[in-house]
Amino acid sequence: MDMVQSDERSILTRAGLDALIGTLAARGYRVVGPKLRDQAIIYDDIAGVGDLPAGWTDEQDGGHYRLEQRDDNALFGYAVGPHSWKKYLHPPRLQLWSAKREETGFSISHEPETIPPFAFIGVRACEIQAIAIQDRVFLEGPHVDPHYQVRRAGAFIVAVNCGKAGGTCFCVSMGTGPCAKSGFDIALTELLPGTSEPIYVAEAGSEKGAEILSSLPGRAAQPAEIEAAEAVVTHTAAAMGRSLETAGIRDLLMSNLNHPRWDDVAERCLACANCTMVCPTCFCTSVEDASDLSGEEASRSRRWDSCFTMDFSFIHGGSVRASTKSRYRQWMTHKLATWIDQFDTSGCVGCGRCITWCPVGIDLTEEARAIRDAPAQEAKP
Amino acid sequence: MALAADPMAPIAARVARVRRELKDVWTIDIEVGSGGFPFAPGQFNMLYSFGVGEAAISISGDPARPNTLVHTVRAVGKVSGALTRLKPGEFVGLRGPFGAGWPIDVAVGSDVVLVAGGLGLAPLRPALYRLLATRENYGRIVLLCGARSPRDILFRIELERWRRRLDIDIEVTVDHAAPDWRGNVGVVTTLIGRAAFDRHHTVAMVCGPEIMMRFAASELVNAGVSDEAIYLSMERNMKCAIGHCGHCQFGGDFICKDGPVLTYRHLRDRLARSEI
Ligand SMILES: Cc1cc2nc3c(=O)[nH]c(=O)nc-3n(C[C@H](O)[C@H](O)[C@H](O)COP(=O)(O)OP(=O)(O)OC[C@H]3O[C@@H](n4cnc5c(N)ncnc54)[C@H](O)[C@@H]3O)c2cc1C
Ligand code: SF4
Ligand code: SF4
Ligand code: FES
Repeated sequence: MDMVQSDERSILTRAGLDALIGTLAARGYRVVGPKLRDQAIIYDDIAGVGDLPAGWTDEQDGGHYRLEQRDDNALFGYAVGPHSWKKYLHPPRLQLWSAKREETGFSISHEPETIPPFAFIGVRACEIQAIAIQDRVFLEGPHVDPHYQVRRAGAFIVAVNCGKAGGTCFCVSMGTGPCAKSGFDIALTELLPGTSEPIYVAEAGSEKGAEILSSLPGRAAQPAEIEAAEAVVTHTAAAMGRSLETAGIRDLLMSNLNHPRWDDVAERCLACANCTMVCPTCFCTSVEDASDLSGEEASRSRRWDSCFTMDFSFIHGGSVRASTKSRYRQWMTHKLATWIDQFDTSGCVGCGRCITWCPVGIDLTEEARAIRDAPAQEAKP
Repeated sequence: MALAADPMAPIAARVARVRRELKDVWTIDIEVGSGGFPFAPGQFNMLYSFGVGEAAISISGDPARPNTLVHTVRAVGKVSGALTRLKPGEFVGLRGPFGAGWPIDVAVGSDVVLVAGGLGLAPLRPALYRLLATRENYGRIVLLCGARSPRDILFRIELERWRRRLDIDIEVTVDHAAPDWRGNVGVVTTLIGRAAFDRHHTVAMVCGPEIMMRFAASELVNAGVSDEAIYLSMERNMKCAIGHCGHCQFGGDFICKDGPVLTYRHLRDRLARSEI
């Protein structure tokens, strides 16, 4: 097989994209992608391009999300919504095992993990980085999570370079987007040539991607089309809704753990945990053990948990982080500071979800800016 | 692709013996068979009561006897209560051992001061067994124990037996006592200033409630011990022990895998703040 040439681009039409989804499904992939539901763009199973939110876009701001009709037929003309791919790779609720009592103790059976491999359509650059971050948590530490591993290993990733910056996006600040550089099998850039139907400049990022791409109806991209695709991401990069200064942010936050701004944000924060649920990198879980009435069978499940809950840090007699202030501080310092100590990368990819889906519109870029503008200069731990 | 072995799945092990230590504390011996269960003093296991749940429990037995795993449990809630109600012959689920233990090797050639508050003596006991088994490697060994009252002194018989040895200094103090108590009264940190050790060549291992560890560490620093040579065993909520659930975070550390034993130098600034 020919080596993948990263500068080779081809053009797919809407029909070509439909063929891509069909091919992936025919090869046994469970194809999921963006869909319109309950007035938001979410991720769900899709059967073809007809399921994609054609002609829709979103307006996003702190605590604000609204769909709007576009004046074209763009299939990817919006930013990220409340879902992330985490719901597939690291499901919100998962039974880890079940067990039966036996003469010699108990026997554990694992769920028959007959999980068809996922094909993700429309993965944004920041989301690719979010997946890479969760890879570090679940695959690259001393212990591997087999449930994440089995879902992640087979996943086929069709990236989409962003043609529209969301109102709360700041991927440029975080160095994660808007253009996918690696970590995909196929990457698409949507071109909207005037009144005609959109076309897609497609690039393979893996041999598997190249092989599938070559099987699709399409043609080689013209230099002008490649240039146009580059202009799309350049334009998006220049239109970011938010920005965050990341230089020295770890030390800045860790030397401001008693900054009055934490009290200020605690006045506004509802500790509802929305920000952690929508965040594509938050990985925390709780474990629940159960048994049947006879006590002969038991099971263990895990579910997403959040450092905003009171139980999260409970040890005999009380929670370590009882105040909202301390819980917001845990969240933000983890995302932007201690994550770097733990995983050698920021825990934030700049997707803006936590800002958009915060019921009171708390914006971590603003909180960080407030501390940077008036640092308190404590000794840093 | 098939599912790989799940680090969240316990193995079943038979309970050999359960004995009551104090009003609400039991020691559970678990058979782990001929394969043994090697561990380092200071490490902990996740013990699972079938259908009830799991708790992080330090190993309190002798590392030289890895076929019997010993844990000492205080019944404070659902899981710990169920663990203390286990009967010999019943089965308990086991995952581990986890975490970084006591600096047994770092301490070679130095004096060793162990400071235990309440149940904190349990995670320190394996260290003490190891130190005494290789006694010639260490200078003075000092054990300072605090308990709420004379009735709350953990491992009392063993303490009395060790106290008969001439190569270890043991002091015990209680917070409150009836007039018939002839021993020390006061918090355990008061024993530190009176203990004899070479402050320049001492490794200290401290285990107990966080507030007690904080005071003990600062008392040790006052006595001239370097904060780098003082080790504390931290406790945080734990749901997985493998670095995945996020519950045990203390600043940048996952107490389950980076700890539970960490130096005071490393912890100092965070311990001084509340709600980290
Ligand atoms: C590293 C480590 C070593 C430990 N060693 C011992 C030991 O040797 N002996 C012993 O008796 N106890 C020990 N503990 C404490 C023990 O894990 C808790 O007492 C136990 O988890 C309480 O669970 P429960 O269901 O009985 O109590 P509940 O009060 O019903 O607990 C509810 C939940 O809170 C959490 N929780 C409550 N208290 C603690 C706590 N102190 N630490 C961590 N999580 C807690 C647990 O997640 C539990 O599921 C240790 C804890 C840690 C972190
Ligand atoms: S912290 Fe907010 S902006 Fe950053 S990755 Fe999470 S949801 Fe996105
Ligand atoms: S921010 Fe909170 S919920 Fe998210 S990973 Fe960190 S500790 Fe877990
Ligand atoms: S106990 Fe789960 S990460 Fe440490």
